[in-house]
Amino acid sequence: MSDFQPKIVAFCCYYCAYSAADLAGSMRLQYPPNIRMVELPCSGKTDIRVVLEAFENGADGVYVAGCLEGDCHFLKGNIMAKRRIKQAKKLLDEIGIGGDRLEMFNLSGSMGPRFAEVAEEMTEQIRKLGPSPLNPAYKEKKETASKEEAQ
Amino acid sequence: MIVAEGKPIAEVAKLIEDANKVLVVGCGGCVTVCLAGGEKEVGILASALRMLRKKEDKPLETVEITISRQCDPEYMEQLEKYITDDIDAVVSMACGVGVQFVAERFNKWVVPALDTKFAGGALEHGVWGERCGLCGECILYKTGGICPIIRCSKSILNGPCGGSQDGKCEIDTEVDCAWQLIYDRMKTLGKLDKLLEIEPIKDWSKSRDGGPRKVVKEDVMIK
Repeated sequence: MSDFQPKIVAFCCYYCAYSAADLAGSMRLQYPPNIRMVELPCSGKTDIRVVLEAFENGADGVYVAGCLEGDCHFLKGNIMAKRRIKQAKKLLDEIGIGGDRLEMFNLSGSMGPRFAEVAEEMTEQIRKLGPSPLNPAYKEKKETASKEEAQ
Repeated sequence: MIVAEGKPIAEVAKLIEDANKVLVVGCGGCVTVCLAGGEKEVGILASALRMLRKKEDKPLETVEITISRQCDPEYMEQLEKYITDDIDAVVSMACGVGVQFVAERFNKWVVPALDTKFAGGALEHGVWGERCGLCGECILYKTGGICPIIRCSKSILNGPCGGSQDGKCEIDTEVDCAWQLIYDRMKTLGKLDKLLEIEPIKDWSKSRDGGPRKVVKEDVMIK
């Protein structure tokens, strides 16, 4: 499955991760093209419904990137996001998609290299997990595996 | 308000395993306030059920609607256009009352998505506590506004009992002794003498003794 290219949705806080992504771009840093970024006014805008929607519409992984703890522009948005991510992870486990396909990262607007690192880390993690059970590629993978086993 | 909590997704999925299309009905009353069965939770449950079924290769179609209150026939009318022939089951995200009202009104398989817990209030964001035992005859005026029926583990009316230790109940050190709270409150209010009155046996016939209860207020009846 080394050719598996996961689709990852990154919900990025405007005040940190989104600026960090900008910085990563200005610094000409390379990071995997698997990331689809969605700007949030604050990671506290994270909504479990929207996270689930991302998975339902074909994302193999999702992450929310918010400010460093204690640095939220709106004081506690990132702490709230953290709690919601924890709850959404539980839900994903219950559904059978797996909570480890969802992560929360904290960084600041000046951490361009860290943004690229996070994108790498997440892509690697999802690649290891393989396609989401809702992804048609998952079925193909399973079928191939069972054929190989039969042989 | 009535406080409820969502059932595990797998449990709800099991209840509708034969259905191909379900109507997920939220309630805009108490369960919206206690974040268990409002519009948002309807969206989350419906999405979770769809994904779970898609994963099992048995796609599920969902229709989502949240009405103002499921415990009122007036609002139930809004549901009529959503209860079409192709709906195999209705998942009600209301308290037990709402589930029954939907089931009584429509000839459909209705399942609850919540576990109804108690009549209570918000202690802080995300935390709700039980406050009323629905006993049918309020005695809060005798106890400084603290209900011994539901907040005392034994529901005793002449407390505290011997299990009260350092203001806590013997069942759990986290649980306050209701009678300690009552005593402290009455002391603050300077009404300790009221506690000297012997409380007669409570008339439980006004509670759940005589089967399901009904309240009739003739002056507002239309028929």
